[in-house]
Amino acid sequence: MSLRTIFSSLTFALLFIASNSDAQDMKTISAQQLAIGAKAVKMSHKMTEVSGTAKTLKSLKKKNGLLVLFSCNTCPYVLMWEDRYPELEKFCNKNDIGIVLVNSNKLKRSGSESFDKMKEHAKKKEHTIPYLYDKDQVIANAFGATKTPHVFLFNNNLKLAYKGAIDDNAMSPKAVKKPYLKNALKSMVANQPIEVNSTKSLGCRLGRPKNK
Amino acid sequence: MKQIILTIGLFLWALSSSAQTIPTPQQTISEDGTSVNIYNFASLAEFIKNPPQGTTYVINFWATWCGPCVKELPHFEALQEDYTDKNVKVLLVSLDFEMHWKTKLLSFLEKKDLKSEVLVLDQSSVDEWIEQVDKDCDGALPATLILNKNNRAFYPQEFEDNELEETVNKFLESIK
Repeated sequence: MSLRTIFSSLTFALLFIASNSDAQDMKTISAQQLAIGAKAVKMSHKMTEVSGTAKTLKSLKKKNGLLVLFSCNTCPYVLMWEDRYPELEKFCNKNDIGIVLVNSNKLKRSGSESFDKMKEHAKKKEHTIPYLYDKDQVIANAFGATKTPHVFLFNNNLKLAYKGAIDDNAMSPKAVKKPYLKNALKSMVANQPIEVNSTKSLGCRLGRPKNK
Repeated sequence: MKQIILTIGLFLWALSSSAQTIPTPQQTISEDGTSVNIYNFASLAEFIKNPPQGTTYVINFWATWCGPCVKELPHFEALQEDYTDKNVKVLLVSLDFEMHWKTKLLSFLEKKDLKSEVLVLDQSSVDEWIEQVDKDCDGALPATLILNKNNRAFYPQEFEDNELEETVNKFLESIK
């Protein structure tokens, strides 16, 4: 038996022990998140769009579905991925899918994530996607969104078809190897199963007020 | 023959000893006397899955651009200072972008003079390793993983006031 085999076996054994330890009983805090296949919620909740008009997610849903992007004005990951928003918007428009940006950064309302800053940001970035002010995190809490950017794609029946990341490379659109959201959109439009329907990426935590 | 056995023994001891510490970094960057080690996830994965015996590691994922992360750093510093004799080691894992390692991170470290060990995780294949940090890890910063040889708990949150100390106390209590 080689040394490597011995070490591999030991590692496996230790991992097995670790996975069956008391660790599973330790309480962790995680937001309840919509599961794939779950129906969209709080669709009639009114939010103000940066143009000043009140909108609901229901009003923005189109025939073939709705793409909800939790976004913000300041997170570096949003700022890097944001240059891909227009392409997503174009695809959605072409395929009769609604698209919306939701800002749920409740803890930063007196500063960088205020409604006025949202307006400034949308103007600077020339966003034509509706950018909604989820003042009290109603939508983020209902969906279980944990960060920006965080994607929730609903199908024509408003059932969650995909959630997670835009793609696998925030820093460089050219270096993307796995365009997760684009693939999900394409499959959804073609009425095909979405091969990878839940992904993870780095992002900025959506702070929640703590109950003290 | 004795010499051969002794050599093999020393070799195995050296191997087991090297498993007792944080792995060797991929590279080290430095500027004006301040330096930091850079790791890819593959090199840290084994450490996170199978940390050395006898120490409780408090691994905080942070970045200099992340306001809530920087805000909670003093709690980790206080923990490192007060809990060293309880075999607690704080590891501050920076997820600063490569373009900022020299320009922002090193100057931040020099200014703050952090006592906790800081290391940098490069962001290649990030979508693949988030899940390996913990099944509850969603990639949002800040986040903290507390672990020892047999126990682990993941905290997708920012710590305020004395929350971190209380959390670590509970962890240490649970493993007695």
